[in-house]
Amino acid sequence: MIAESMYQELILEHYKHPQGRGLRDPYDAEVHHVNPTCGDEITMRVKLGDGGKVEDVSYDGQGCSISQAAASVLYELTEGSTVDETLAVVEEFTRLMQSRGQIEGDEEVLGDAVAFAGVSKYPARVKCALLAWMAYKDAVMRSSK
Amino acid sequence: MTTGFDAERIRKDFPVLSRELPGGRPLVYLDSANSAQKPTRVVEAMREHMAMHYSNVGRAMHALGAESTEAYEAARDKIAAFVGAPSREEIVFTKNASEALNLVAYSFGNRTNDDPRFRMGPGDEIVISEMEHHSNIVPWQMLAQRTGATLRWFGVTDEGRLDLGNLEELVNERTKIVSIVHQSNVLGTVNPVERVLARVRQVGALMMLDASQSVPHQAVDVAALGVDFLAFTGHKVVGPSGVGVLWGRGELLDAMPPFLGGGEMIEAVWMDRSTYAPAPHKFEAGTPPIVEAVGLGAAVDYLSEIGLDAVARHERELTAYALEALAEVPGLKVVGPRDLDMRGGTVSFTLEGIHPHDVGQILDDDFGVAVRVGHHCARPLHLRFGIPATTRASFYLYTVPAEIDALVRGLHHVRKVFA
Repeated sequence: MIAESMYQELILEHYKHPQGRGLRDPYDAEVHHVNPTCGDEITMRVKLGDGGKVEDVSYDGQGCSISQAAASVLYELTEGSTVDETLAVVEEFTRLMQSRGQIEGDEEVLGDAVAFAGVSKYPARVKCALLAWMAYKDAVMRSSK
Repeated sequence: MTTGFDAERIRKDFPVLSRELPGGRPLVYLDSANSAQKPTRVVEAMREHMAMHYSNVGRAMHALGAESTEAYEAARDKIAAFVGAPSREEIVFTKNASEALNLVAYSFGNRTNDDPRFRMGPGDEIVISEMEHHSNIVPWQMLAQRTGATLRWFGVTDEGRLDLGNLEELVNERTKIVSIVHQSNVLGTVNPVERVLARVRQVGALMMLDASQSVPHQAVDVAALGVDFLAFTGHKVVGPSGVGVLWGRGELLDAMPPFLGGGEMIEAVWMDRSTYAPAPHKFEAGTPPIVEAVGLGAAVDYLSEIGLDAVARHERELTAYALEALAEVPGLKVVGPRDLDMRGGTVSFTLEGIHPHDVGQILDDDFGVAVRVGHHCARPLHLRFGIPATTRASFYLYTVPAEIDALVRGLHHVRKVFA
């Protein structure tokens, strides 16, 4: 029963009940990212406010439970945060995903996103977890321009 | 259930089928449409050739050169006999089925080829189908882009059959080539070659079959089929990867230009021009996949001894069993024919609310069941059905009903995880 360590309850919960899903206006930047090997895709919009605050992150997409839950967790994390704070989490999440199961991830920084630690043992699925997070990073960069 | 076919004995010929996966899981290999496992006979033939007879072919004037050439050319004979080719010179070794398809596509609209059957430009039409593997789509798209010809295609019915409703209009006097799959790698559908070919002949076009998924599973006789070209790959016929086969009518191969230029495909070379060797060598530039061809020869010997008709019967019974068992999994929808008429042992399906990657992950990790998930290199077909991906189970001569039971058990468990 190896896979079930990947399918943490928290991930399944986000997959079944995604938070913040659906594209909303207004927004500063919209990006579309795809994973060509499995066809997962996400469209993401970011609206930034004064003082580097993230006002809204909205998204729509399709894909496996890992890719969809990762987007939902990301949405929750960005609520009420600043760009700088969220980018620090993106960096820690990326480090965790690329660790091939070698690190556990800093729960202080990652919050719920630490539940994805098990995914890092599956190289084929890492891209699923990172899809929304990379889209977010891209959208923020475009918004700040 | 029993299929009256001794698959248990056959399984002993395939060493990998008795291994365990990490964590003590047994291996349940239901991914033969992706690539088949190899019998000891093939592994040994390749080892023996590599260890004791290896040398380059054709060009080495010594004892080993003669032995290697003899083995390589003997493989050609075996394959010619296996697919009923009227002449051994009609068997071209390629790298895979994709190369065979690209080779034929390259012959059209080519300035070095003045044969009218291969002339192609604006106004000419190429016909494929919506159920093709990317390897039978992209080369024709590239050809259309090169020549200005129009690419057209057969649709697919809701049941997963080739839609022949507009056959007369689709295949017309502007059509130069029709290239379709013999057996779909996703739907399992076996296409009615005869009906399409009859129309192709009426309009004077050429016809190619992608037989990658049919040659491993049923007796295929190119002369009986009556088409002009046929491609298949070695690794799906229990042979090695790295070798594929193009069969083409001799007079067409003679009319076609070489695809790759290089060693051993020539007759004479001057600094400003060359003349070419006759087919098949004209199409086999450079050192060919010698050991792989020898392995493929051993593979077709192995399958011939068992008999493709017996293999097809076994797979038919497995498919009947699987379709019935899968119908009992709630939320499961088979994409492709649900009856056994003109259908092979490849079953693709969706599971409501659960992405195929999640299905495949849990089947593999918890049950050792290897299936393929995704669009199986047939993205347009998935777009046609409005789905991003499917889970595909595919059977072969070594598949046993207990493996289908394991798949079904696994699917019930997947549903529980995502309930």
